[in-house]
Amino acid sequence: MEQLYKRPKCIQPMQSGYCPGCLHSLATRITAEVVEELEQQNNCILVLPVGCSTMGLLYWKIDMVGSAHGRAPAVATGVKRCSKNSLVFTYQGDGDLAAIGLAEILSAANRGENYTVLFANNSIYGMTGGQMAPTTLEGQKSTTTQKGRDPLTTGYPMRMCELIATLDAPKYVARFSLHDPANVRKAKAGIKKAFETQLAGGGFTFVELMINCPTNWGLTPLDSLTYMVENTIPVFPLGVYKDVEV
Amino acid sequence: MNEVKVNDKLCKGCGYCVHYCPKKILELGKVRSSKGHFYPAVTDQEACIACLMCATICPEGAIEVAKGE
Repeated sequence: MEQLYKRPKCIQPMQSGYCPGCLHSLATRITAEVVEELEQQNNCILVLPVGCSTMGLLYWKIDMVGSAHGRAPAVATGVKRCSKNSLVFTYQGDGDLAAIGLAEILSAANRGENYTVLFANNSIYGMTGGQMAPTTLEGQKSTTTQKGRDPLTTGYPMRMCELIATLDAPKYVARFSLHDPANVRKAKAGIKKAFETQLAGGGFTFVELMINCPTNWGLTPLDSLTYMVENTIPVFPLGVYKDVEV
Repeated sequence: MNEVKVNDKLCKGCGYCVHYCPKKILELGKVRSSKGHFYPAVTDQEACIACLMCATICPEGAIEVAKGE
């Protein structure tokens, strides 16, 4: 018998800490698969900030650094400059990257630091209990926008890929979704491309992964995927926003 | 014969594999796993075409697929 699929070995052989149906664990799993395909398990450093993404500290079996809230790009800058041959990447949520860490991510992208940022966007603050994030959709309910987000007082959803693609230094900026198997495969190819660009010494690479939050959206896992297709993805169009050959 | 194996110690019963299986041979069982989740059972192992849809979408990587002779 030929084994077609096996769980990657660089994540712990146990359940992740994420809720049932949360695509954070899928994002972690496909990243682990890419790390193994590139044979970088012993040569990679993951920088984790604060948020649901921090649960990766208990889940990954690679070298990791925990950073302050939103400051993962700043820590990763130091890590990469000290260890130029390592594969360095950060894994950040939207409350972390687009709200408190906005200055760090934009400055790092503008400097063209040679590492990869994986941005998991579920348009809500997950860990703290479902507050409004900068990426929350217009009219979406959260614990701090109980009648739905009103653009007059709280603004519009922030599109990080488009924002970062306007800068000169980033080499690869793309947005993928994880709501069905076809898109999962595309996302995996995108993460691989970003890592290869980094290993070739290319420069800053940014991959946004659209995920769900069944718990704080108040939906079942399958309904949350439907919600993504109907509401989230039209606001955050998928695609490659910048791809510079290195 | 192709083989789909669901690891009940990893599964959280989200039902994504059941939804995306093109042959509809996965079904959420009625028995709880040791973690308290209803995990899927394979109803017709012979109908599996080893397309890897279930393994690709499983957030926990709880599904292993092997291709038979």
